[in-house]
Amino acid sequence: MEKYVQVENVQMLFDTKKGPFVALRDIDLTIAQGEFVTLIGHSGCGKSTLLNLIAGLTLPSSGAMLCAGREIAGPGPERGVVFQNHSLLPWLTCFENVHLAVERVFGRAESRATLKKRTHEALALVGLTHAEHKHPHEISGGMKQRVGIARALSMQPKVLLMDEPFGALDALTRAHLQDELMKIAQATHSTVVMVTHDVDEAVLLSDRIVMLTNGPAATIGEILHVGLERPRERLALANQPKYHEYRAAVLEFLYHRQLRPAA
Amino acid sequence: MNKILKTLLPPLIGLLLFVGVWALVAQSSPQLPGPAKTWASAVQLFSDPFYRKGPNDQGIGWNILASLQRVAIGFGMAAAIGIPLGFMIGRFKFLDDMTAPIISLLRPVSPLAWLPIGLLVFKAANPAAIWVIFISSIWPMIINTAVGVNRIPQDYMNVAKVLNLSEWKIFTKILFPAVLPYMITGIRLSIGVAWLVIVAAEMLTGGVGIGFWVWDEWNNLNVEHIIIAIFVVGIVGLLLEQMLVVLAKRFSYE
Repeated sequence: MEKYVQVENVQMLFDTKKGPFVALRDIDLTIAQGEFVTLIGHSGCGKSTLLNLIAGLTLPSSGAMLCAGREIAGPGPERGVVFQNHSLLPWLTCFENVHLAVERVFGRAESRATLKKRTHEALALVGLTHAEHKHPHEISGGMKQRVGIARALSMQPKVLLMDEPFGALDALTRAHLQDELMKIAQATHSTVVMVTHDVDEAVLLSDRIVMLTNGPAATIGEILHVGLERPRERLALANQPKYHEYRAAVLEFLYHRQLRPAA
Repeated sequence: MNKILKTLLPPLIGLLLFVGVWALVAQSSPQLPGPAKTWASAVQLFSDPFYRKGPNDQGIGWNILASLQRVAIGFGMAAAIGIPLGFMIGRFKFLDDMTAPIISLLRPVSPLAWLPIGLLVFKAANPAAIWVIFISSIWPMIINTAVGVNRIPQDYMNVAKVLNLSEWKIFTKILFPAVLPYMITGIRLSIGVAWLVIVAAEMLTGGVGIGFWVWDEWNNLNVEHIIIAIFVVGIVGLLLEQMLVVLAKRFSYE
C-alpha cells in the first residue's frame, strides 16, 4: 500500500498533577493516498488526540509521524482540519473566512484574482455561493460547518482531518452533509481521516474503520476494511447484507468487546 | 403611537417626579433654588455661551470645551499607552505577573491624590489636570484589554495554528477583532472616570473649565449656576457614553 500518512509506534503521554497519563500507546497506522479512514471508539479513547497528532497540533511523546514522507513537525495547511465547533471567525464573512486560508497557502504565488476565484470555487463546492457575504451568525449550524469544510478544502490539503464534524448537527443535516462529503471526497480524490462515534456514519463513509480500545492507554483494537462499492447510497445500502455485516462488526467491537460499565 | 408612548412615558414621569421632589425641597429650604428659578437662569446662561470678558470670565460654551479638551488629551494618552500595554499583558504571562502588583497598588488611589504630584512635576495647572486624568483613566483600559486577550476562545487560536498565520495576520485578523468589544468596554469605563475626574481636578487647579466654573460660582454664591453645572456635567457625560455605545454596537457581531 502506498504510504501517505504513517504513524509508527506512537505513544502519547500527558503530564498531569497526578503523574503521567498515557493517552495512547503502540499506535501503528498507515493510510494510503485517497483513502477515507474513520477513527471510532468510546469517548476518552484518544481518537481526538490521535487526530491532533496527525494534524501536528501536538507532538507525540515517542514514535514517528510522517505525511507524504516528511516528518509532521507542526500544524500546517497541508493537513487541513475541520473542527467540531466550526471555528469560523465571527467578524469575517463566509467569503473572507475561506479567503484567509486561500491567501495563506497561495497568496505568495498567485494573483488576487486567482485567489478570489479559488475562494468562490471552494464555497461553490459546498453549495454556499449564495451565502458568501453573510456573517457566521447569519447562517445555520449546518451551513457554518460547510464553510469550515470549504475552508479546509480550499487549501488543497494533502490530508483532510475532521474531528466529529457533524456531531453538533441534527440528523437530517448530518445525513445531507455526509452525502456531500462523499461527493466532494470523490471529486477531489482527498485523503480523509475522520473522528466519529457514529457507527452508521463510519460504515457509510469509510474505506477503513480504525477501532480504538478504551482509554487510558488506548491502542488500535481492530481495523475493518469496508468493501462497499462507491458511490454509496444510504437507501440502497440498507438493503445490502454486507452493510449490515460491517455495522454489526463495529457494534460488536464497541459494545461487546469494549463494553464500558455505566459510569 | 403606542410604542412611542411606551418608550417616552416612563422616563418622562421619572423626570417630572424628580423635578417635583426638587421643587418641594426648594420650598422648605430657602437657600436652594427651585426648578423654575434654575431654568430661568439656564436660559439666560445659554443665550450667550461663547462670550469672553476676561481670562477667567468666559461663556459656558468655552468652559465646557476647555474641559473636554483636557479630557481628550489625558484620555487619548491613556488609550495610546494603556491599550497596547493591555495587549502585551494579556499575551505574555511574564509581563502580567510583573505588572500585577503595581497595577493593584496604584489602581485604588483616589484621582485627586495624584494632583499634588502633577503640580509638583509640571508646575502648571493645565498639565497637572491632564496628568490626573491620564493616571485615573488608564486602568480600565489596561485591565479590560488584557482580559479580552485572555478570553480569546482557543478555537480561534487553533484556526491560526492550522492555517499557520503570521504574527501580523494573527494580530489583525484574530486578536484585534476578538479583543475589540472588551477594549470598548474599557474605553467606556475610562471616559466616565475621566469626565468625573476633570471636574474635581479643575476645582482645585482653576483656569477655564467646567470644574473651575463650579467652584467660582460657589464663591459667588450663585447656587442656580452650580445646579446648572451639575446638569451640564451629567448631560455631557451621558452624550460621551452614548457615542461609545453606538461605537460598541457597530463592532458587535453577535
